[in-house]
Amino acid sequence: MRHIISILLENEAGALSRVCGLFSARAYNIESLNVAPTEDPSLSRISIVTRGSDDVLEQITKQLNKLVDVLRVVDLAEGPSLERELMLVKVRAEGEQREEAKRLTDIFRGSIIDVSDSAYVIQLAGSSAKLDAFIEALDASSILETVRTGACGLGRGGRILKA
Amino acid sequence: MMTGAEILIRCLQEEKVEHIFGYPGGAVLHIYDELFKQQEIKHVLVRHEQAAVHAADGYARSSQQVGVALVTSGPGATNAVTGIATAYMDSIPIVVISGQVPTQAIGMDAFQEVDMVGITRPCVKHNFLVKDVREIAPTVKKAFHIAKTGRPGPVVIDIPKDVTAEKCAFEYPQKFSMRSYNPIMKGHTGQIKKAAALLAKAKQPMILVGGGAVLSDASEALGRLVRHLGYPMSNTLMGIGAFPANDPLNLGMPGMHGTVESNMAIHHCDVLLAVGTRFGDRVIGNPAHFSGEPRKVIHIDIDPSSISKRVKVDVPIVGNVRDVLEELCVQLGESRPPEAQTAEWWKKIGEWRNKKSLKYKQPSDLIMPQYVVQKLHEITGGNAIVTTDVGQHQMWAAQYYGFERPRRWLTSGGLGTMGVGLPYAMGAAFANPGETVVCITGEASIQMCIQELSTARQFRLPVKIVCLNNRYLGMVRQWQEMFYGSRYSETYMDSLPDFVKLAEAYGHVGMRIERPEDVEPALKKAFGEHKDDLVFMDFITNREANVFPMVAAGKGLTEMILAEDL
Repeated sequence: MRHIISILLENEAGALSRVCGLFSARAYNIESLNVAPTEDPSLSRISIVTRGSDDVLEQITKQLNKLVDVLRVVDLAEGPSLERELMLVKVRAEGEQREEAKRLTDIFRGSIIDVSDSAYVIQLAGSSAKLDAFIEALDASSILETVRTGACGLGRGGRILKA
Repeated sequence: MMTGAEILIRCLQEEKVEHIFGYPGGAVLHIYDELFKQQEIKHVLVRHEQAAVHAADGYARSSQQVGVALVTSGPGATNAVTGIATAYMDSIPIVVISGQVPTQAIGMDAFQEVDMVGITRPCVKHNFLVKDVREIAPTVKKAFHIAKTGRPGPVVIDIPKDVTAEKCAFEYPQKFSMRSYNPIMKGHTGQIKKAAALLAKAKQPMILVGGGAVLSDASEALGRLVRHLGYPMSNTLMGIGAFPANDPLNLGMPGMHGTVESNMAIHHCDVLLAVGTRFGDRVIGNPAHFSGEPRKVIHIDIDPSSISKRVKVDVPIVGNVRDVLEELCVQLGESRPPEAQTAEWWKKIGEWRNKKSLKYKQPSDLIMPQYVVQKLHEITGGNAIVTTDVGQHQMWAAQYYGFERPRRWLTSGGLGTMGVGLPYAMGAAFANPGETVVCITGEASIQMCIQELSTARQFRLPVKIVCLNNRYLGMVRQWQEMFYGSRYSETYMDSLPDFVKLAEAYGHVGMRIERPEDVEPALKKAFGEHKDDLVFMDFITNREANVFPMVAAGKGLTEMILAEDL
């Protein structure tokens, strides 16, 4: 099953590599990973999308908790949660493709943030599944390049990850 | 104002460090200069950095102190890595200080530069790169705290050379807190009550004790618990000494080379109390086979990630082994389980015991390695601190030298590092002056750190080396015999040195013992008239002796091969 693991850790040199190193050393898979400082600049928050059985997920959270730099670990899949990912797509925007790209962007509630004679850059945010669906909906030959941030997430309501 | 090097040494003095094992080099010259100027800390010059870390590790295992090693950058640092990984796998508290090239040179492929923090990351509990002289004192404080608290482990402090020359005011922090590091000590009372209830009702109980009991100095509480219950128990390889070997409740070591009674009891029990053990593959064999039998498992461990990692646990108790055992004793109260409750179980155990799975024959013309270990036990009164290397001799030492106390048995259990025996003995000798220290080894293992005979000479360490010389890489050969059609690929030790002459060349006493009747006199001589010398005893043993019982890799605990099966 797919899980988003949220990690609150010291914003120190090497902290991210401890987390990445743990995943590779113990053969856990990383589907995506993002990291940035929080509102408290001494802390960073990492969101990792991973897959595994319940046993593997239990080990992942326990092993992460063991890292000296890590303060809190939560598996967002354990309760109601929100998930968002940001994607930028550069598509061919010539002739009929130009209209089609604009239409699809509106349907998916994305926005076009760069326009040139031959291409658009579309910005789209949403769950990873929604971004996948958008890629699916586009004519494959019109896609010039894509970049995605990987998913990040928060627990709904009173579920809070804080130091 | 003090220099970084001066501050570092002052910090180590504040931590009550008495011995540092190390090897100088360019990046640590400032530190060595400060060592030279003081008296409190004694530096032990090894002959290879790997041995410095092993010696610090042996120092820690045989005492309750944090071991300290000091190495230079680059090759000094990489040579230390095997020692660090060895300590990591067995959760041994050590602090390794490595020099680093000057801050400005980091990343420039400077002479003797290596990314020590990067290289050691997977095999340390934590590591630090100190980039500011003001950070030295707080970092050393944190390093010692992290190394010895919670599940202990090695901590590396990498210090660039320029940082050891910069100056700042010195103040050693007395108190500090780390918001991200707060190991749990006390177990959950509700869980401990559940465990007590399960234990009180057990009809076929078994207690499995691992290295956690030794590391947390839990022997006293463990002894009270086991004797109060009157239940059978077993020390794993790392738990040896936690509970005395000569007690009838002790069924002997479990696992790949465990006794029949121990392995059968662990497999067939209805309640298993696992204490500070991680259910390693050498202890329980195939986890699927192990889980095939219904039993309730209670697991006490300070590391939550050790619980339910390889074996599903019914009653997990996270906490320091000693604290939890003490509370478990309280929860069990005065009442003992009636003897009749476990009478049937003890009868079964008696039958398994009657198999005498450790018996062997000592012929008149060949020295059996087991016999040497038994005689060694006799002559040292079972009181020696015994270190080993890795292989057959290690298993025979574990099986035949009955340990009555903890911290007398020093072996590389997790990583299985050949070459640790002699440096461990050095560390133990420094930590326990006046004690008898024996290194049981093989002719292959001893050559992996043989250069330390020179260190032992310099410091007049009266270590006794018992080399069980079978002219083979014995354990590998045993596997080749049993599983590879006796094709002894590269396990023949050709061109062995004359160990007697070698020992003498280093200034020690050497002996070669070739006949069974000479074993006892040689040992008596070594521990008698040569009490104060390092004696290298080269026992020429039966070449093809095997370690039994044996659970082959991937097999279950009950699928043992016994000596008589072959």
